[in-house]
Amino acid sequence: MAGERSEGDDERASETPESGELEENVGYRFDRLPATADERRVEGRASREEVIEYFHDRFGIPPETFDEYTFWEKGAGKIWVYAGEAPSPIEIEAIGMTCLRTRQEHWKPTTDAVQRFGPYATDCVIELSREEARAFTDGQDQELEWDGDWGYLIAAHEIGVEPEGRPGRDGDAVEGGKLEPLGVGLYVHGELQSVVPKGRQRSVSDAR
Amino acid sequence: MEPFERYRPIIDDFEAFLEACRRPLGTAVRVNTIKASVDRTIAVLEETGVAYEQADWNPRVLTLETDSPGSTWTSFHGFTYGQEEVSAVPAGVLDPQPGERVWDACGAPGGKTTQIAALMDDQGTVVANDNNLGRLSALRFNAERLGATSLAVTNQDARNFSMKPFDFDSFDRALVDAPCSCEGTIRKNPDALEDWSEDHLHSVAGIQKGILRRAIQTTREGGTVVYSTCTFAPEENEAVVQHALETESCEVVDFDLALEHSSGLESWDDEEFDSSLENAARIYPHQNDTGGFFVAKLEVTA
Ligand SMILES: C[S@@+](CC[C@H](N)C(=O)[O-])C[C@H]1O[C@@H](n2cnc3c(N)ncnc32)[C@H](O)[C@@H]1O
Repeated sequence: MAGERSEGDDERASETPESGELEENVGYRFDRLPATADERRVEGRASREEVIEYFHDRFGIPPETFDEYTFWEKGAGKIWVYAGEAPSPIEIEAIGMTCLRTRQEHWKPTTDAVQRFGPYATDCVIELSREEARAFTDGQDQELEWDGDWGYLIAAHEIGVEPEGRPGRDGDAVEGGKLEPLGVGLYVHGELQSVVPKGRQRSVSDAR
Repeated sequence: MEPFERYRPIIDDFEAFLEACRRPLGTAVRVNTIKASVDRTIAVLEETGVAYEQADWNPRVLTLETDSPGSTWTSFHGFTYGQEEVSAVPAGVLDPQPGERVWDACGAPGGKTTQIAALMDDQGTVVANDNNLGRLSALRFNAERLGATSLAVTNQDARNFSMKPFDFDSFDRALVDAPCSCEGTIRKNPDALEDWSEDHLHSVAGIQKGILRRAIQTTREGGTVVYSTCTFAPEENEAVVQHALETESCEVVDFDLALEHSSGLESWDDEEFDSSLENAARIYPHQNDTGGFFVAKLEVTA
């Protein structure tokens, strides 16, 4: 995997189940998330409802954004979002894209999922100037003002949008908002840490 | 360029062909409409001072004036993917529709897979396969950067691909962008002909035939299979499709292509090909100032 920080596929799933009926998580295959916590069969597994609630509560992403998607877990806590058809469980290399790390105190969305679904976000989005965006993209931590909640934020900037907003005439990818998400940042003690995975970091050079 | 002498009889204006093969290629990118429209992408390029030129045959293909297309804002945001202009042809010929089931038999590193997903508005199921795990990890990385959510990634030998992981038993369409001798990439990779030999052509042709046959078998009646290579050798192109015509239920069909190209061959050495192979397209570097490609479109008839 392209080195997300705080990765570590630790074996949290092997903790003793609270209820004897719960099965252990199987690390080598994809299992579809249960719709709700009541339908949970596997110890510690997030439910579809909880995942959608997380994106809604934390970032204001409307729940219906995910109506056409299914969520899957492989490994301990890694959640994938998928638009296609597949039976559960399924043993293949990948299904859709990784979107969220669960089974830890603070769930953490992935950079790529934030770029894909972040345009629908309204909360916990920190707007960066072009200079700050460049540092963020390069993996640098920076001191920034932020009045909102601490924790994982969506770092975003305005780019390629005219003052009145530039609609995507041949696609709907920009409809969500004017800010374009860059990735995930961790905000604590006045500092925004870039958690863009190493392989995804870039020194972006602007001609202007 | 020695090996290319064998194509003198089949290429019009062979000197122009050789001359084009010696010229390096510009930096082309494809706009990833999963994440941004062409307009939006162009607005970002303009705002950030990256000069571009739009291909007249395909508005989603741009040539950028930069040596590092990977260090642009459009790349970081996944709005663009570095992909040779002519390599954007096969997915267009495949013409996948939203909601369909599509197999990309030789998918890594993912240029055409993600283009297929984009053409389907990222709705439906694109099974992206490759037998090389290392290349598959590049595919996964690229697919995530481009935000493709409709991919199921498998690691199988496409020649005996098993549908077992899935609960459907055929695809609507399949792309076989086959491993090949890569003669047509000479402008990007001047060493492309270093290991060239006729024996090599014949041995990859065996693999190509196996993959194409499996693609036809796994595609439903009435479905579409596109076969493409980035090479000129008829042994890897018309002869492979001819083999499929003789062994599987399919026919070669016509398609529109807004790039200048030549028709598929009707014979090579002492082998005659079915006349329908005329419908295939040979794209030579001097015709549109691109790399070289071969594309054939098949319809499955049973
Ligand atoms: C021309 S490349 C594909 C490029 C890709 N379609 C793209 O657009 O990015 C051919 C691929 O076929 C794969 N390959 C070779 N033999 C194979 C086999 N028997 N089964 C599946 N894939 C194979 C190679 O690993 C290689 O990645």
